[in-house]
Amino acid sequence: MRFSRTGIFYLALALLLAASPLVLNVYWLDVLNSVGLYAILGLSLNIILGDAGLFNLGHAAFYAVGAYTTAILNTRFQIPVLWLLPVAGVAAGLFGLIIVRPIIRLRGDYLCIVTVGVGEIVRIALINDVFGLTGGSNGILGIQRPHLFGFIIRRPQHFFFLIWVFVALTVFLFTRLQHSRFGRALNYLREDEVAAEGSGVNTAHYKTAAFVLGAAWAGMAGTIFATKMTIIAPESFSFWESVLMFTVVILGGSGSIPGVLVGSFLIIGLPEVFRGFADARMLIFGAAMILMMIFRNQGIVPAHVRPYSLEGLAEAESALPEPAASAEPAENLQAAKEVR
Amino acid sequence: MEQFFQQFTNGLAVGGIYALVALGYTMVYGVLKLINFAHGDLFTAGAYLGLTLVTTFTMLAHKGSVLGIGLLILLVMLLVAFLGAVLERTAYKPLRKSPRLSVVVSALGASIFLENAMMLIYGARIQVFPQDILPGIPVRIFGVYIPLLRIVIFGLSFLMMTGLYLFIQKTRIGTAIRAAAIDQGAASLMGINVDRVILTVFLLGPALGAAAGLLVALQYGEINFLMGWSYGLKAFTAAVLGGIGNIPGAMVGGLLLGVLEALGAAYISTSWKDAIAFCVLIIVLIVRPTGLLGERVAEKV
Repeated sequence: MRFSRTGIFYLALALLLAASPLVLNVYWLDVLNSVGLYAILGLSLNIILGDAGLFNLGHAAFYAVGAYTTAILNTRFQIPVLWLLPVAGVAAGLFGLIIVRPIIRLRGDYLCIVTVGVGEIVRIALINDVFGLTGGSNGILGIQRPHLFGFIIRRPQHFFFLIWVFVALTVFLFTRLQHSRFGRALNYLREDEVAAEGSGVNTAHYKTAAFVLGAAWAGMAGTIFATKMTIIAPESFSFWESVLMFTVVILGGSGSIPGVLVGSFLIIGLPEVFRGFADARMLIFGAAMILMMIFRNQGIVPAHVRPYSLEGLAEAESALPEPAASAEPAENLQAAKEVR
Repeated sequence: MEQFFQQFTNGLAVGGIYALVALGYTMVYGVLKLINFAHGDLFTAGAYLGLTLVTTFTMLAHKGSVLGIGLLILLVMLLVAFLGAVLERTAYKPLRKSPRLSVVVSALGASIFLENAMMLIYGARIQVFPQDILPGIPVRIFGVYIPLLRIVIFGLSFLMMTGLYLFIQKTRIGTAIRAAAIDQGAASLMGINVDRVILTVFLLGPALGAAAGLLVALQYGEINFLMGWSYGLKAFTAAVLGGIGNIPGAMVGGLLLGVLEALGAAYISTSWKDAIAFCVLIIVLIVRPTGLLGERVAEKV
């Protein structure tokens, strides 16, 4: 495997991060844990907002569904938390599917305002103790810590590794996803929906899939949040949370995975650094959002356009004459399905 | 029946407020195709500036005087209109040629900025708005006692809506606003200064929103720096309900939403009151995305 300069840079950063529990105190580790959590949330939103270009300002709703699913199943049936990770993902994904199915064809801003509405409805439902399950405005307490091979993940150092391993996994999977047929289809429909539809990309299908995937991932982040806090309440899932995730993606670089990571460091980490300003920091944050959009609206680390070289294609074709030919009918079949 | 009538009039008063705020959203959306997330905070600014004028400058020496209240509302509208123009010039004008998403983020940033500016100036606690500005006598209509304030609020909002409607329909600049809303490029080719149109919209919308904020402060007697958020969101819902970009639509949508919410709170559940507006919003968007009075426009390719 050939290491590029950026590859080495990222590797060094990852090693530095992995070594940070050795030097940082508990407070800063906790900040890093929050950064990691928002990185997961940001990456999950990035699929919806950055890759597919769907304005989602209610992502906290899916986060909440995941967290509450975990909390309810764990406190009532004592199901181990880590087993609930996929369950929370499925629950949030299903919820996302129910929400998005009827509204997927709405124009950008309308979709945006519906997601805001859904976020608020979920929050109000949680406060009103829906079905007697969510514990009203006090929330749910007593969520267990995760067990891993008999080891209880309890201290911030332990959570640091749980969260950042999950971040690493997310980065790996989502990078693969961006480079896949699915990722290309999303980019296509974001750039020009009509052209994508005209070329046989089933836009409604891909948008729904992106939305559900992003929602499911946010649900899993909800599980981690629930077990980290051991107590969750509706105010953790307010509109403000959705705005925070939205800004992580937009300021970091919409559609760019390194950008989202940088964004979560800046937006979650920097306010901690500037705690001295205490009250004024949100004021500065708002002003920074405006300035950023005026002077650098593609984000701090913009998504770079991936070049597709014809040379590589020719090479691949000559190297694999037989499989390429056999793969073609399958491709056509896929395309035919999508046209239908 | 009496409860129904009470709730209905209450809904009309709240709906009038929603309609006033919704007008600001719908005008900006009509011209710029932008959801002005900071509009709710201009509404809050109206309430706070009203408080400052009443308490610090003791503007209402003669409480209950019609002239005094009129002057107070006018002054607040003027100040917030100026604020709206400053907002447009700093946060939106430099982004005229940027992608839509950037402007949305800028609007969110402006909202956060304004909210926190107000929190720093006035403090994070709920502030009490003087309650004795208007006499609290109930008025008897059709055998039902209705607070005077409710009637004043509805009357004032109706007056302002009518004024705006006439302004948009009858004056030159109103015509320019309508033209720019239909097609900015064509409007500017016809010699309309679109930039000035946008500025006008950002003077009118915040002025109406500020008046609404002041009326809410008068009615409920307390204000806080986050109050604009829920009113703003509901007003936006009202604008979508009536058909966004459509000025009579915002008025109808606002009144309808206010009444629906009041009746829903009375007959369904008070604690779900806030969710009713959003459910209405989602149902409208699914069933009729263009709103009640909006026209169906073909998707431009």
